[in-house]
Amino acid sequence: MFHSTFDAFETFLFVPDRVTSHGAHIRDAIDMKRTMAIVVLALVPALLFGIWNAGYHHFMSAGIHAEFWEIVWFGFLKVFPLIVVSYVTGLGIEFAAAQIRGHEVNEGFLVTGMLIPLIMPVDVPLWMVAVSTAFAVIIGKEVFGGTGMNIWNPALIARAFLFFAYPSEMSGDYVWIAGLKGGENVIDGFSGATILAQAAAGKTTFVNGLGEAYSAWDMFLGKIPGSIGETSTLAILIGAGLLIYTGIGSWKIIVSVFAGGTLMGIILNVFAVNDFMRVPYWEHLIIGGFAFGAVFMATDPVTASQTEKGKWIYGFLTGILAVLIRVLNPAFPEGMMLAILFMNTFAPLIDHYVVEANVKKRLRRAEKVNLK
Amino acid sequence: MSDIIRIKRGLDIKLKGKAEKIYRRTERPFFVALKPEDFVGLTPKLTVKPGDEVKTGSVLFYDKDHPEIKFTSPVTGIVSEIHRGERRRILEVIVKTADEDEFLTFNIKDPEYLSREEVITVLLESGMWPALRQRPYSIVARPSDIPKAIFISGFDSAPLAPDIDFIIKDNETEFRKGIDVLSTLTKGQIHLSVEAGYPICKSFANAGNVNIHKFSGPHPAGNIGVQIHHIDPLNKAEVIWYISPYDVVRTGRLFINGRLDNTLVLALTGSGVIRPAYVKTIVGACINSVVNGNVNNGDNRIISGNVLTGTRVETNGFIGFYDHQITVIPEGKHHEFVGWASPGFKKFSFYRAFWSWLRPDAEYDIDTNLKGGERAFVLTGLYEKVIPLDIYPMHLLKAIMVEDIDNMEKLGIYEVDPEDFSLAEFICPSKMELQDIIRKGLDLIRKETE
Repeated sequence: MFHSTFDAFETFLFVPDRVTSHGAHIRDAIDMKRTMAIVVLALVPALLFGIWNAGYHHFMSAGIHAEFWEIVWFGFLKVFPLIVVSYVTGLGIEFAAAQIRGHEVNEGFLVTGMLIPLIMPVDVPLWMVAVSTAFAVIIGKEVFGGTGMNIWNPALIARAFLFFAYPSEMSGDYVWIAGLKGGENVIDGFSGATILAQAAAGKTTFVNGLGEAYSAWDMFLGKIPGSIGETSTLAILIGAGLLIYTGIGSWKIIVSVFAGGTLMGIILNVFAVNDFMRVPYWEHLIIGGFAFGAVFMATDPVTASQTEKGKWIYGFLTGILAVLIRVLNPAFPEGMMLAILFMNTFAPLIDHYVVEANVKKRLRRAEKVNLK
Repeated sequence: MSDIIRIKRGLDIKLKGKAEKIYRRTERPFFVALKPEDFVGLTPKLTVKPGDEVKTGSVLFYDKDHPEIKFTSPVTGIVSEIHRGERRRILEVIVKTADEDEFLTFNIKDPEYLSREEVITVLLESGMWPALRQRPYSIVARPSDIPKAIFISGFDSAPLAPDIDFIIKDNETEFRKGIDVLSTLTKGQIHLSVEAGYPICKSFANAGNVNIHKFSGPHPAGNIGVQIHHIDPLNKAEVIWYISPYDVVRTGRLFINGRLDNTLVLALTGSGVIRPAYVKTIVGACINSVVNGNVNNGDNRIISGNVLTGTRVETNGFIGFYDHQITVIPEGKHHEFVGWASPGFKKFSFYRAFWSWLRPDAEYDIDTNLKGGERAFVLTGLYEKVIPLDIYPMHLLKAIMVEDIDNMEKLGIYEVDPEDFSLAEFICPSKMELQDIIRKGLDLIRKETE
């Protein structure tokens, strides 16, 4: 009766005792759980940095000097509930859906459930996380037939849902730093504007809330306001290293997204007519959600291109679009989310042409033989 | 001699239990059997019943759809049992062996002086014919077809596979004779693939009328399908034939001695075997006679063939017609507490998601545990890494699953065989049964086109 639920807990606690019955008599030690666990592990550096960063910016805005552990503890209290809400909501729906369909519970949500909090602003209300997670799992995934069948990255669906449904909680200068919105205990003149917001406003030097200029090193390390997990390019690259090394994430997509972003950045620099277009191309790669999107979002195997040649094209176009939307469309301060969702939509089309080329090659070979 | 064909995509699974290059003595098997299920798509028509006496070379059954294709007894003795399965399907035709072989003799001449038809008649009558198979489908070759080429894979790259150079050593004359016989069957070439990096063995070097190709790289470089793909790929409506090197030797002996050669050289391998080594026995010998007393205690799985593509057999079962290897590995009916989170120093994996990548040269004792639950397709681009063919495996599999014949053809189904997907099945994190899917697709298309 509760087979799916039982199976899920059984396989979580134990690798099952089932043996091979058809086909190959031995199997690789890898399974979906291990795969997803590796991805979650790859997210941990970004998560830890995000926790520290939440505390760091909070105390900076309040003008209080805090010790390292104070900062981390504050950040933990802010971030941990988001993770709990995301997992509880998402897994609850996944278990129910698996039970109704009589399927096994797929492990995909282990990753999605971690991604969702990491791409949220730290002060997002918990109920919004619950609603957006539910929306992502039901509309973004289950209606398409569940794990492996969805067209768009579920975590990005959650973010896009909030972005369009509750824009005041997802954008502006007040949501990125914990405690800023109420306005109490915030030092006078403190600004919580992200670098992208500053760039869109035509600023040429980017400053932190206190008005001190950021160095490129600050941006790379991630000491800037932004969604919880997206700020530290360094932490993200550590995760990328793990994904690429284990062979679980596609290095082709990661590399080509960065390549596409770089190229578009250079083009904009060359033809620059305003200050935003003059932002050095390499800065685009270390600010906003670019790196996080490239490493953890664009690489989602279900929604990315599935052919290896297609992955190059898909990644490259994602990078180009992300920077293009960022700079040329003032309505959207961050282009990465839209670029990935857009390319998710076109991934099957890219694959179609790649496969079609292979089919044509085969037909031509057969024709040659027939002519003889 | 052509350049080396380098296979880059693939995987060598390093298992414990490689056969030592010596022959161990075995008893003459008490029972020998032919298994109709070894022959893809065959509907057997019996010509014997239990109690009948048969000689070596007497017909046991033939192909209902192609009555000229006969399957003959590898030994002299008495038919002891027709073992049937579900819906009375014939599983094994078992012969109790007599102490001495009495051979049926066939009128032979030097193949040089025989026409194609005469050669085919000798092969069919003796029961040597089924050793020749065709691609696509890996069914027994149809005598009415003229293949565009004949392929022989001179090495086996599968896990713990026998060393073919060792098996056919000292059979120079027989191999050459076998090649002479085969060359009457095709107007095209005979392609013989060998492993680059090793000296070509004498039997191959002096085979005469063959085109030798050198291959390098990991398994499945030794798969006939991979070699065909890289030498002369199959197109729709084309047919090639293939045969194993040892069966070439047996064919040679048939035309030298005028009687069916019933010998079989076998590698007994795997971590479940006490002393892995080679044995000489008879085609279709019962497993007991080969593994007796040389297997570890405990729950073992005996496989006729290799761990990736072989058939599961019991100790009272029989060696498959096309197999040159028996593998014994432990069964894996055990739970492993939060096994998915363990560091995995001793877990063999294609991925570097376990610490075992620290020991690249280690040999592993892998049991039959599935090591995870079945899931939907999620990851992509993995199968390609172990299938060195210019196809899109995932798209082909999906076309088969929805039975879209048109797309299967376009995506290259004629170029593949279940064994080409066995490594992909091994590394699949979703634990999908890929070989079954490919077999289903091939069966479907064969029924549509025949």
